[in-house]
Amino acid sequence: MKTYYNPEDLKKFGNIGEFQKTLADKFFDYYGEVFKDGALTAREKSLIALAVSHTIQCPYCIDAYTVDTMEKGCDEQQMMEAVHVAAAIRSGASLVHGVQMMNKYKELSM
Amino acid sequence: MIKSLKARQSELADVAYELKILSEKTPTGFEPDAFASKLRESNLYPLKPTQVEIFQVNVGKMCNQTCKHCHVDAGPDRKEIMTRETMQQCLDVIQANHFTTIDITGGAPEMNENFRWFVEGIRAISNDIKIIVRCNLTIIVANPKYHDLPDFFKKHRIEVTSSLPYFTAMRTDSQRGEGVFEKSIRALHMLNEVGYGKSGTNLMLNLVYNPSGAFLPGSQESLEIEFKKRLKDAHGIEFNQLFTITNLPISRFLDYLLVSGNYESYMEKLISSYNPVAAAGVMCRNTVSVGWDGYLFDCDFNQMLDMKVSNEENHISKWSTEKLEEREILVNQHCFGCTAGAGSSCGGATT
Repeated sequence: MKTYYNPEDLKKFGNIGEFQKTLADKFFDYYGEVFKDGALTAREKSLIALAVSHTIQCPYCIDAYTVDTMEKGCDEQQMMEAVHVAAAIRSGASLVHGVQMMNKYKELSM
Repeated sequence: MIKSLKARQSELADVAYELKILSEKTPTGFEPDAFASKLRESNLYPLKPTQVEIFQVNVGKMCNQTCKHCHVDAGPDRKEIMTRETMQQCLDVIQANHFTTIDITGGAPEMNENFRWFVEGIRAISNDIKIIVRCNLTIIVANPKYHDLPDFFKKHRIEVTSSLPYFTAMRTDSQRGEGVFEKSIRALHMLNEVGYGKSGTNLMLNLVYNPSGAFLPGSQESLEIEFKKRLKDAHGIEFNQLFTITNLPISRFLDYLLVSGNYESYMEKLISSYNPVAAAGVMCRNTVSVGWDGYLFDCDFNQMLDMKVSNEENHISKWSTEKLEEREILVNQHCFGCTAGAGSSCGGATT
């Protein structure tokens, strides 16, 4: 079956350098640097990445950061809580616009 | 409780079949001699020993547990056990050499009826030599006759190294069997009570983490911090070091990989994570592994694949340190498990 997303393509991520090497090299250097232990641990960063992956709904990122968080010793509860953080921010972002709707409603109402 | 592959008469209980799978070319281009080629690129082929420092003895396949990932295919239904005569031959070799460490493994080594006699024999030869027992923890609470093991370990200053794949019951039990986590916690308390894992006692209690599934272990240092915090907070348990060990694709873990459809992707991951620094530090370079029947192997994994050392003197009765240190170490694709990422050995990460 032909689909837009193919799990095998994740392994080929590095190949983006074939069409533009300089920018790809800069990106992968930056990416590697971002995920190192810093003021945040690599483990904390991996959980953030897992949450963001669900926000942007990138199947490659979800696969990659499920494996990565498991390798870093996160348990299923921690992983699902990270997804809930993403979901809460998403729903909160919709709901907080309710204030804008209320403002406009009041502006137009007698 | 699940049965061993041998009791289930699985094809994988036959080492020739295992080696055939490991040597087959896969559609993704996994070559039959891939590991040897990698070593060649790293100028490490043929792989040679540095010197024999660790004498590892597998005293038998009998175990009270049947863990899903066990590379020994151990279990209550396995009867292969080292005799006192073979143990005496081991003691003679220990007496005649200057090993730094005697590493006793199994099965559950404590189930060998001559286990205590063997340990006492080693201590009688040397007061300083490091003795490690790979204790599965649950054996301590399995039967009243084992309840005094913590005291026995303490008396002989044995270093206790124990598998605990995770700090929660769900992931531990899914790998090691129902109720194993709770029993392991009880056993850890008993070890802590006699001083194991406590600062200032010099009684070493190390835990072994291996992934409960088809993924690699993360950073040993970070996982140790996490394990220490979680076990202390939830259970008041203390330990010294955490060793991360990669699951090698043999025996019951190979069975799991094949049944779950993860074999190829797991091998790809191991191969793409090959680390030449880890390859230079593989444990087979300073270890010799003795099987329950006295045969000699490069490591416990080669032992389970029945790949005996390449020199002619391949039995404990014919031990020759000189010949062993000149031998070529036998490799196959399972060896990628020891060279992936930060490396893996019976003592954890190698880089």
